[in-house]
Amino acid sequence: MISIQNVNKWYGDFQVLTNCSTEVQKGEVVVVCGPSGSGKSTLIKCVNALEPFQQGDIVVDGTSIASPKTNLPRLRSRVGMVFQHFELFPHLTITENLTIAQIKVLGRSKDEATQKGLALLDRVGLAAHAHKHPGQLSGGQQQRVAIARALAMDPVVMLFDEPTSALDPEMVNEVLDVMVQLAQEGMTMMCVTHEMGFARKVADRVIFMDRGQIVEDCTKDTFFGDINGRSDRAQQFLAKILQH
Amino acid sequence: MNYNWNWGVFFQSTGIGSEIYLDWFVTGLGWTIAISLVGWLIALVLGSLLGVMRTVPNRLLATIATTYVEIFRNVPLLVQLFLWYFLVPDLLPEPLEMWFKQDLSPAASAYLSVVVCLGLFTAARVCEQVRTGIQALPKGQLNAGYALGFTLPQVYTTVLLPQAFRIIIPPLTSEFLNIFKNSSVASLIGLMELLAQTKQTAEFSANLFEAFTLATLIYFVLNMSLMMIMRWIEKRVAVPGLISVGGK
Repeated sequence: MISIQNVNKWYGDFQVLTNCSTEVQKGEVVVVCGPSGSGKSTLIKCVNALEPFQQGDIVVDGTSIASPKTNLPRLRSRVGMVFQHFELFPHLTITENLTIAQIKVLGRSKDEATQKGLALLDRVGLAAHAHKHPGQLSGGQQQRVAIARALAMDPVVMLFDEPTSALDPEMVNEVLDVMVQLAQEGMTMMCVTHEMGFARKVADRVIFMDRGQIVEDCTKDTFFGDINGRSDRAQQFLAKILQH
Repeated sequence: MNYNWNWGVFFQSTGIGSEIYLDWFVTGLGWTIAISLVGWLIALVLGSLLGVMRTVPNRLLATIATTYVEIFRNVPLLVQLFLWYFLVPDLLPEPLEMWFKQDLSPAASAYLSVVVCLGLFTAARVCEQVRTGIQALPKGQLNAGYALGFTLPQVYTTVLLPQAFRIIIPPLTSEFLNIFKNSSVASLIGLMELLAQTKQTAEFSANLFEAFTLATLIYFVLNMSLMMIMRWIEKRVAVPGLISVGGK
């Protein structure tokens, strides 16, 4: 579904991604973790071309991102993305947030889009908030709406960029529950997250990044089960975050 | 000060036709509003376009808009007006030049000059407000728009501009009021707007104090009303749970 092939990216002289290669199969859930500044958010943004890269290629569902012929808006409309800071459109109601791209990008009728949007809103447990604006919801609620908004486009793959990092601790689980449910339904997912509990529960594979490189790329069982077999850097990272 | 106030002067005959001095003020106010509203329309449309140009990922468009702003912001308004009225017509192709100088009435040619001048001058200032409004938004909003499959124009029209315009209503209000105040420069090229009518009343009637007091009051009430209308609009478009209105 996603094939990342030898991606290199520089900001000026500074190399943020070095020879990154990996694959995400259909129906697979891949968790990307690593310390701050390791390039994991940059990598996931490259997957739907929100960040340009200078070398290599990423192929999403058969479409090459590096190819100048690719219609990027069309590609992105098939890739769902959830951001750290939710990024709902604050001037629109929740219903409008859920329907505007369906109408303007996919060309659905307003009725069809609203029906779909409200069904998804119900699925994330927020049907009662349809008429509100994002500023009137809590962070956890906003993030659930953001997931519903992405799902409304019928994406072939969902990308999550630290979806719980900006949330109050009490709200983390309501968002993770929605993500777990999605994973269990067979959605192809690539998630940048530090939630190791989530990774243990639903991930098929775990990728560990450090200083712009993919250091570990293995199954969940190998990653968590055979800690001694991991690189020093990954061991240090795991030792720090698994203490709690 | 020993001055005999005569507020009845506005109802006295001007000695020209059957007009009283108040008629002159009404005519003048009409011109002032006609200059300002049309000038504002030009400023808002052109300024918004330039403001967007300064923020899009295209070096050429951004440079054009920046150059425009620097030129129109750094030359005094009065100098710009004289350029539009006295110089630019001579540079026009001959048919246009003849049309401007011979076919148009003196009032019409002055009106055209001042509207173009104020519109283009204020557009530079509106451009800067629109640019800062767009730049004040989190970069994630642009990415969120892109991620849903919007094209760049769609991101601007559905995501960025509706938010940016809400943010900049207060500074835009300032520019809107400025264009009404700046419209008084039209008196210097002979257009009989409010200030010109005031000066004429003062000279004809010798009631200088009354004439300028009334003009001051009219400008003040006009601008206060505009400010209240803008405040009402700001409240109407305010987003629940987001931007507070009037510092509340």
